[in-house]
Amino acid sequence: MSPRRKRMVVIGLLVLGMGLATALILRAFNQNLMYFYSTSDVVAGKAPSARDFRIGGLVVNGSLKRLPNSLTVNFVLSDLKKEVTVTYTGILPDLFREGQGIVANGQLGADGVFIAREVLAKHDENYMPPEVAASLKHKPDATLTR
Amino acid sequence: MIAEIGLFLMSLALALALVQVVFPAVGLVTQQGLWLGYARPAAQAQFACLLGAFLALVYAFLSNDFSLAYVAQNSNSALPWMYRMSAVWGAHEGSILLWSAILAGWTFAVSLRVHRLPADVGAVVLAVMGAVSVAFLLFVLFTSNPFARGLPSPSDGADLNPLLQDPGLIIHPPMLYMGYVGFSVPFAFAVAALVCGRLTPGWARWARPWTLTAWTFLTLGIALGSWWAYYELGWGGWWFWDPVENASFMPWLLGTALIHSLSVTDKRGTFKSWTVLLAIGAFSLSLLGTFLVRSGVLTSVHAFATDPARGVFVLSILGVAVGGSLLLYAWRGPKVLSGGTYSTVSRETFLLANSLLLTVSTATILLGTLYPLLVDALGLGKISVGPPYFNLVFGLLMAPLAIALGLGQFARWREDQLPRLWRGARYSAGAALVVGLVIGILVDGPQRLTAAAGLTLAAWILFTTAMGVRERLVGRASLSAALGALPRAFYGQCLAHTGFALAIIGVCLTTALSTEQHARMAPGDAVSLGAYEFRFEALKQVQGPNFQASEARFTVWHDGQQVDELHPQKRIYTVRNQPMTEAGISPGLSGDLYVSLGEPLDGQAWSVRVSFKAWVRFVWLGALLMAGGGLLALRDRRYQNATSPAASDAALAQG
Repeated sequence: MSPRRKRMVVIGLLVLGMGLATALILRAFNQNLMYFYSTSDVVAGKAPSARDFRIGGLVVNGSLKRLPNSLTVNFVLSDLKKEVTVTYTGILPDLFREGQGIVANGQLGADGVFIAREVLAKHDENYMPPEVAASLKHKPDATLTR
Repeated sequence: MIAEIGLFLMSLALALALVQVVFPAVGLVTQQGLWLGYARPAAQAQFACLLGAFLALVYAFLSNDFSLAYVAQNSNSALPWMYRMSAVWGAHEGSILLWSAILAGWTFAVSLRVHRLPADVGAVVLAVMGAVSVAFLLFVLFTSNPFARGLPSPSDGADLNPLLQDPGLIIHPPMLYMGYVGFSVPFAFAVAALVCGRLTPGWARWARPWTLTAWTFLTLGIALGSWWAYYELGWGGWWFWDPVENASFMPWLLGTALIHSLSVTDKRGTFKSWTVLLAIGAFSLSLLGTFLVRSGVLTSVHAFATDPARGVFVLSILGVAVGGSLLLYAWRGPKVLSGGTYSTVSRETFLLANSLLLTVSTATILLGTLYPLLVDALGLGKISVGPPYFNLVFGLLMAPLAIALGLGQFARWREDQLPRLWRGARYSAGAALVVGLVIGILVDGPQRLTAAAGLTLAAWILFTTAMGVRERLVGRASLSAALGALPRAFYGQCLAHTGFALAIIGVCLTTALSTEQHARMAPGDAVSLGAYEFRFEALKQVQGPNFQASEARFTVWHDGQQVDELHPQKRIYTVRNQPMTEAGISPGLSGDLYVSLGEPLDGQAWSVRVSFKAWVRFVWLGALLMAGGGLLALRDRRYQNATSPAASDAALAQG
């Protein structure tokens, strides 16, 4: 092969490789996108059933219950309109408190209870997860209905 | 009073930075050398002013001057003095001042050596850095003045976020900024080369040590951040693919491509356009990182709306810098950038392949970081991109990179033959596959493939590096003389590549072999984790300078022998009433024992996290070696002998 031909082959292989890589990357990207749903969305059945998603809301005061002799906790999340029960086994983050806004990753169980794999509370006590803030803000009449 | 002095010095620095930009520009347009000369003293005076302003803020913190709103929000009289000092860069305003001061420091360093450059190139380099400085000083003065008074001034401050009260966090941000901002030097060099229409290998030799220094700082900064997250966040994660981490990782990846591409431009005179693009890209990503972290888009898209000035400001800086330099590149590039040929099989090809791979990795991380922001900004919903995406894609891209790295160390410049490469590399390849196979047999669990593949690649890099050293020594009469004759840059390269291999080992093994258990434990209880047994012995209350803590005493047993004692704490910082987990860690080369307290349950019981973090130290050890390689390469005679670029270009033309 002439050097020119050779170089064309290499460039061709490179382009092919890059194309394949791009396709794989976008596939992985799509599979790992996690969508956020407010508690009202979940109650309304908008959330997927067989896929991980994020849920967020305020932890309802007095709703935190620990199962005896285990690390399982149940608590209720609310966007001041609809409520969803969340169950989580493990260690809660330092800033998890009742009345605070949190976000959880996980799946929705058949009984409508959200099974959290991870619970996130940001490292600032005044912090409100932006998703939660938005889900509260879009319901101006929320405080009245409760 | 100190606040007024600081503010005055900042304003003066802005004026000097303007001189640093405008005078060389006038000189360049009117072709008057005298005007070019003003850039140097202006840059040096600007540095003096910003250093003064920064020290004024440090003084305000150390003397507990709570009349300054920024001090009141981020410090407290009960805070130990060294945290009062690091609180200077604990939040937005001070960080940006530190950013500007470090930029002025880099400019000062450049100004000391700029006389070795042609007058016009040197002046443009300083002018470009001055322009960046003008932008950031305007930003500080108009949107984030750290010297603003708060009325009424409180009697005591609101304290520094307890997470930041840590020795690691004292040096992490300055290191990171040294790296970020340091990339402004190759950026300024790239712009100067385009403006002046001259891009010679001597230019690359000039830009190399600066880039290498910045890269070394950034490496250390990122490693420090990872180490801090590991021991301070209380759950032993060392990398989260968090947008803030990605913001620092992206310039590092492009910076890595840049130092390699620069070396090719320096030695062979090729890759010029690619080098210039990478220099522009690395600094643009540094600016993007600053924007992401400092504008508030990340913690909350809505903070962007509440203080649009800040975000819009940094975004405009970013737009002008990226857009302007790319425009310049398109306009002047074709004139400046040409030269050098190399064949398909050559060291250049492998270096180019890795440059591309690093760029693609940067692009995938950029996609995962910015896409959620974009979707949110367009009102299409709220999404996040999970770590599995980053792990998978990044891991897949690192494999060909490691292979090309090994081959590149063997390959000759300009032209090489595949059979020769194969003869050099076949033993390394065979040995690496054996290592991978053994690991694949030994390691069990879902991550077996990760461990086997990772170790194969790491072994391949280590073996080829060793063979590369051997190749340079074969046939030499005296081994010690031959070793001494090797350039320091070569040793630096070997050390950094060894570090990369160790980091791969650390990342893959800690992913595959670490174990963790969450348990409900009361004093007297024990849990087993593999061959280790963790016993919760006792609990006591501890009083710190500005916190109260519950401290547990754990003993760790192995084969009936006590091997260690750990003291994890759960602290409550009194001023903010904020809880903090202080993990108990026993470090070891093959793995750390890690215990952290969750929360108090009924009675004396606590939720407890016990884990064995296998080989995690290798991650940071690898990063340290990479930084060490950078330092060693900086000591190379190539940069020590103060030949002017013109002289080295002449030498290259002859040789």
